[in-house]
Amino acid sequence: MLGVLALQGAFARHVEVLHGCGVDAIEVRTPEQLDSVDALVIPGGESSTMSKLIDSNGLRGALSERLAAAMPAFGTCAGMILLADEVLDGRADQASFGVIDIAVRRNGYGRQIDSFESDLLIDGIDGGEAVDDFRAVFIRAPIVERVGNGVEVLASVDGTPVVCRSGTTLVSSFHPELTNDDRLHRLFLDHVAG
Amino acid sequence: MLKGGVIMDVVNAEQAKIAEDAGAVAVMALERVPADIRVDGGVARMSDPEMIDGIQAVCTIPVMAKARIGHFVEAQILQALGVDYVDESEVLTPADETHHIDKFAFDVPFVCGATNLGEALRRISEGACMIRSKGEAGTGDVVQAVRHLRSILGDIKKIGQADEPELFEWAKQLQAPLPLVQEIAETGKLPVPMFCAGGLATPADAALAMQLGAESVFVGSGIFKSDDPAPRAKAIVEATTNFMDADLLAKVSRGLGAPMTGINMDEVNVKFEDRGW
Repeated sequence: MLGVLALQGAFARHVEVLHGCGVDAIEVRTPEQLDSVDALVIPGGESSTMSKLIDSNGLRGALSERLAAAMPAFGTCAGMILLADEVLDGRADQASFGVIDIAVRRNGYGRQIDSFESDLLIDGIDGGEAVDDFRAVFIRAPIVERVGNGVEVLASVDGTPVVCRSGTTLVSSFHPELTNDDRLHRLFLDHVAG
Repeated sequence: MLKGGVIMDVVNAEQAKIAEDAGAVAVMALERVPADIRVDGGVARMSDPEMIDGIQAVCTIPVMAKARIGHFVEAQILQALGVDYVDESEVLTPADETHHIDKFAFDVPFVCGATNLGEALRRISEGACMIRSKGEAGTGDVVQAVRHLRSILGDIKKIGQADEPELFEWAKQLQAPLPLVQEIAETGKLPVPMFCAGGLATPADAALAMQLGAESVFVGSGIFKSDDPAPRAKAIVEATTNFMDADLLAKVSRGLGAPMTGINMDEVNVKFEDRGW
């Protein structure tokens, strides 16, 4: 069973995409719901809002434990921030789980008006065919400023990593759920199965 | 990405801090909250850029600001200030009695109010990328928000049942572009996010809007016209996330002090909802 953290943000669309991939997926708001899932998608939204709701909904401890115990996780946009080891320009009271060794700067690509789309070549999603045909939507996106040892960069825009992987943790600085392209979700599902 | 969140009206940097601390996904910077605009009367305009700067300086979340209906120069100024969204809002005094802003002429995204599906689709055809049901701002009375949300979502359901010839009739009745009506028939939803605004004052109001099908809520006067804004703001955020969980709603609704007094809809002199065409 897949879970999508449903505290705020683009969770409903992620659930739809996962259903489209033919897997069971539920919205996760409580520790009990978290217990029932094998892997978790953390959607885009406001990372500061989600961080507060992780605390008020009593999920902080359980989520830390599960992530530390290598539960596969896929974080997009704000979800990438929440999984990152180091957050720059975050709020002082904003806590991330540090399961992938990258440093990200919140709103690093600027304000809403600086939002952009880009066609990406993502390693491992096309059976080896090198085509930049993955449409990526960046909305007030975090920018990756440091990538640690052992972190693979699967896609970049102008030399800046935008999709990274470490073990069973996958992160993207854009919103893969907004375009009708489920290949990145399927890559994550491969990790879950693997 | 503002879905599943609360957007709060703020009139200064101090309130913006309280809103962000409470977990708002965005703030709406405006000179006076709608309840005060109602009491003060006179012409309500775009906020002073200095005040918007001050709010942007203390916020890490998106900042929205309002332009008058049809006042494309106010919108140009707001875009130049780098606000994240412009709200072409009926809460301000309209600047044009016929034309809304051509929102395609801008890079900044727009949110617009609507009382029914036709109005929503006309705004989308002008370039709005987010719709909020209008409700009646500044009243603390949720009845109009419910009416508008039910009207928009109810018509979407009916269009889902209609056959092709009936879609022509729907487009005519709604005074809306046929391709948008056809798209709704196919997808069963608006092509843009659908939020709820206008008169929400309690955690229960926010959860009501979410259960009715809103994707996020705007809370205006309801927070900073209440007795104790910070805990109420936090409770409304938690209620919006956990909108189906009655036990949790009961817990967060406890001991929040008095909500805004509000004005009964029957006693309202100026109906903001009638502004917009």
